[in-house]
Amino acid sequence: MRVDDKGLIDRSRPVRFQFDTIGYSGFEGDTVASALLANGQRLMGRSFKYHRPRGVLTAGSEEPNALVTVGRGAAQEPNVRATVQEIHSGLDVRSQNAWPSLKTDVMSLNDLAWPFLGAGFYYKTFMWPKAFWEKLYEPVIRRAAGLGALSGRHNRDKYERAYAFCDLLIIGAGPAGLMAALVAGRAGVDVLVVDEDRVMGGRLNAETYVIDAEPGSAWAAAVVAELQGMANVRLMTRTTVTGAYDQGTYAALERVSSHLPERADGAPLETFWRIVARRAILASGALERPVAFADNDRPGIMMAGAVRAYLNRWGVAPGQRVAVFGNNDDAHRTATDLVEAGVEVAGLIDSRPGAQVTGTGFPVYTSSVVAGSTGRHGLTGIAVQGPNGHHRVEADCLAMSGGWNPTVHLTCHMNGRPTWREDIAGFVPTPGSVPGLVAAGACNGDFSTAACLAAGSAAAKAVVKDLGGKTTRVSLPDAEDKAYQIAPLWAVPGKGRAWLDFQNDVTVKDVKQAATENFRSVEHMKRYTTQGMATDQGKNSNVAALAVLADATGRAIPETGTTTFRPPYTPVSIAAMGAGAQGAGFAPQRYTTSHAVSVEMGAPMIEAGLWYRPGYFPRKGETTWRQACDREVEYVREAVGVCDVSTLGKIDIQGPDAAAFLDFVYTNTFSTLKVGRVRYGLMLREDGHVMDDGTTARLGEQHFVMTTTTAAAGNVMRHLEFVHQVLRPEFDVRFTSVTEQWAQFAVAGPRSRELLNDILDAPIDKDSWPFMACGETSVAGIAGRLFRISFSGEHAYEVALPSRYGESLFRLLVKRAESLSGGAYGMEALNVLRIEKGHITHAEIHGRTTAFDIGFARMISTKKDCIGKTMAAREGMVDPMRERLVGLKPVGPVKQLTAGAHVFERGAAAIRENDRGYVTSVAFSPTLGHSIGLAFVRGGPERLGDVMRVVDHLRDIETDVEICAPVFVDPDGGRTRG
Amino acid sequence: MEDVPVVELVAKSPCAGLLPMTVGEVTLSEVDLGVLTSVAPFKGQRKAASEALKEAHGMALPAPNRATGREQARAIWFGRDMALLAGPLPDTSLTRTAALTDQSDAWACVTLAGRPAEDVLARLVPVDMRAAHFKRGHTVRTQIMHMNGSITRIGAESFLILAFRAMAATLVHDLKQAMEGVAARG
Repeated sequence: MRVDDKGLIDRSRPVRFQFDTIGYSGFEGDTVASALLANGQRLMGRSFKYHRPRGVLTAGSEEPNALVTVGRGAAQEPNVRATVQEIHSGLDVRSQNAWPSLKTDVMSLNDLAWPFLGAGFYYKTFMWPKAFWEKLYEPVIRRAAGLGALSGRHNRDKYERAYAFCDLLIIGAGPAGLMAALVAGRAGVDVLVVDEDRVMGGRLNAETYVIDAEPGSAWAAAVVAELQGMANVRLMTRTTVTGAYDQGTYAALERVSSHLPERADGAPLETFWRIVARRAILASGALERPVAFADNDRPGIMMAGAVRAYLNRWGVAPGQRVAVFGNNDDAHRTATDLVEAGVEVAGLIDSRPGAQVTGTGFPVYTSSVVAGSTGRHGLTGIAVQGPNGHHRVEADCLAMSGGWNPTVHLTCHMNGRPTWREDIAGFVPTPGSVPGLVAAGACNGDFSTAACLAAGSAAAKAVVKDLGGKTTRVSLPDAEDKAYQIAPLWAVPGKGRAWLDFQNDVTVKDVKQAATENFRSVEHMKRYTTQGMATDQGKNSNVAALAVLADATGRAIPETGTTTFRPPYTPVSIAAMGAGAQGAGFAPQRYTTSHAVSVEMGAPMIEAGLWYRPGYFPRKGETTWRQACDREVEYVREAVGVCDVSTLGKIDIQGPDAAAFLDFVYTNTFSTLKVGRVRYGLMLREDGHVMDDGTTARLGEQHFVMTTTTAAAGNVMRHLEFVHQVLRPEFDVRFTSVTEQWAQFAVAGPRSRELLNDILDAPIDKDSWPFMACGETSVAGIAGRLFRISFSGEHAYEVALPSRYGESLFRLLVKRAESLSGGAYGMEALNVLRIEKGHITHAEIHGRTTAFDIGFARMISTKKDCIGKTMAAREGMVDPMRERLVGLKPVGPVKQLTAGAHVFERGAAAIRENDRGYVTSVAFSPTLGHSIGLAFVRGGPERLGDVMRVVDHLRDIETDVEICAPVFVDPDGGRTRG
Repeated sequence: MEDVPVVELVAKSPCAGLLPMTVGEVTLSEVDLGVLTSVAPFKGQRKAASEALKEAHGMALPAPNRATGREQARAIWFGRDMALLAGPLPDTSLTRTAALTDQSDAWACVTLAGRPAEDVLARLVPVDMRAAHFKRGHTVRTQIMHMNGSITRIGAESFLILAFRAMAATLVHDLKQAMEGVAARG
């Protein structure tokens, strides 16, 4: 219930929201957890394995119990911590992992079966029959255990990624962080302060500390106000730094809109930040740890610091009669704060024999522990065990404290291991664990407010100095400086289950069991018990668990060591990390200049790398793609076809050594190529396999344009850079991509010259533009280039104009082609044409084939060196019995060929051992009237005329084929030269 | 002379139909920079090429991550041993010392202008674009979301952005998403 005159909530602004379809009311500034507690709702969730009723344990992002689902429909978000989610009007929150309801959960039967469900239970029980694990056990177990679920539908919520840079990143805005920000800010340093709460101040907002004679929260607010006025300081709230990475890079998740009832257009739900900082100060505070005792997980049992936070920050008393249990002086504040606020304190139980308690108004039990609890859906009482035996204390809330663990997580993200400090019974960061980052304040083991302020100030001063700046005098404010007195207490001995990891339902008994079964390494124990492997990453349980393990294995805590803290510190949605990559943002879309026209013409698009290319151009009355494809092939074979080939890579190469450079990267010679001529070239990788092929035109003595395949354009460019920068830096050659500069179209077919002469400003003829000629041309006064090259095997050209004219030129070419009984052709026809002609693509030069394999061994010039030459000459690379390129044509009753099918001898079983090769490309050839294929067959050219079996095991197709030469149409090239 | 069709070609800009666009305080517009020419000095010719450039067009070859010249005639560092001359038709004297390549149609050129333009870029570009670090005349070849591009600061609140022409639609899409994200924060 609410306590008057307390808290940083705005009581003039009530907020209505729903939890499990019941309406609740809270105030602006409330979290779901604080508002539910204010309404007396202690039960907030069910545990992972045993479906135990659970209430909120903490008041921060480390919360293991109170996980809820927010929203409905496609955008529902599971596993949201009720301690982090702020309420807003219309907020719809549901409990998870319970059916039919939170209060009456059928699966809580699991809890009765607990003696059978301990650590290692699955491994031991579901061993047989073997097939049952995947099909039966695992699905059933997964259904029973678990957390909230995604909707499985497309979520239209927007997420965002962003980058930030600063000289000093301050992680956490409690007393240490704020003091550091003040010192660095006043010194003019470029500061970024990041805090995961909605208001900065950290524990100052949750405690009754006094700083310079005013409430700690007021001091924090005043510092924040001053920082807000500094141009060199940026403040980010609701932002959790989740990871520390190389070179001063930090990941952070900002909750941008999850607290808002209405989201502005285009507003992201969350933003995933990558922050690059020259220096960082970690001021992440500390997390309070529970004490393990029997049934310490009932709703109403929570951290002492959380009870103070609910009381002081939100004006909520989490119970009407609160007991306090701790092993340190800090816990005592809970009792005094509660009494001051008028809440009844049932007793203060301190495990230490000589504990000094200053407060009054409540019974004190020293040398005592809480050994058990009662209450099904909420705490009703605790069993106190003292020097004089057991007795029961009635209480509906227990505030417990096993001490504080410095929040060292980020310092371990780059393989750092924390250092054990006996005096505080906790781990602190090992200096230098993250280059450029220093820890200050509670995360470094300084637990008094005065010590935190001093540490923040000192850390900032050091950073300012380090960055070459000067600090102005900033005096340290007065604050409490109480020594932190603690005597370790990890687990209260006794019967029953004492919880360590609340979220994954790991108990003291489980950890001891692991040790008994010789899982003595902390990493093994973790995996055997699942300790710390839930979404909270065991923030408030790992240290206690390893202390229990240390005890069980007779070792000291430092010797036992910690498990590895890995990013992210708090859960980060994949949607945030991958933000922007939904829909059209998935990858860049690369459109040719003819794209819009092709789409207008109804062409379905095929993705080729990032490019979109038309598959075919359907005509009215055509019902299959094959009809369109056959028609388009016929255009090229009989009249003239037009195809956008701008996607092929084009590299402009210039310089005195341009020819020598090409000689080195290509297997064949280019230095002998005449100006105004084009040559086909083959390029090898350094390992001797084929890298790419294409034509290169010589435009001038020192000027070439290389063409690459569409798919390998980027790779070839990178390869050329490598060759030039690393292998042959002495070459005076310069090159750059001109792929985007030119819109280039193939004009192919017997009537291609006729078409071109219709549009070129200066007509061409057989003599001025023979096969493999190239040069300048112009269309409507626009200067361009013309190449007489052919991928189809027909008399063909490629005409290139600057891209701005691409769309217009394509329209013109298609229109003219249509008037000559031809038209546009797409990728399907292009593929058929090249297979008919036996031209290779990356289906053949797929990375494992050599020049020898594709029948181009003679293209490796013997007169010069080139990349890959030596490696290509290795014995095994020129073995005649390698799988080598051949053509296939069906000869049996089955006429279908499929790419990916394998080749076998006739009569041999179609099994791996008998494999003789594979099919790479197939097409129905309208020119020949049957299917044709290209394949790599062992001994290839030596098998011409043989009949073999082609078996496609996936599609269940078997075809008898005759092995033939790979060129099916016009083998002597008469049409091409025509 | 009957029925001889007149051959006519129409130029289309990379962002035709996509821009201009204003979201919140930021405006994205296509810009015609004139002739774009990559200038890559030959071996040992950097100094000579820079002098030739100065002689012909009034600006030196830019150092890495810098742009020289001004509106109408800019030289933008464009990568290793390369600058992009934007504006004038390159003087033929330049060819003696550098490889020149026409790139006028290869790039989609846009300006992003408005007070929060830096914030928009912070959502797409892994480089510190704040004025204190990325001043007028600074340029960078970098990633724009998942595209390769060139960004130059041309004013206190304005940037010149170049991306592959064929990716113009994606450039506009990605910038729009970022602009909306920034505008939504007010």
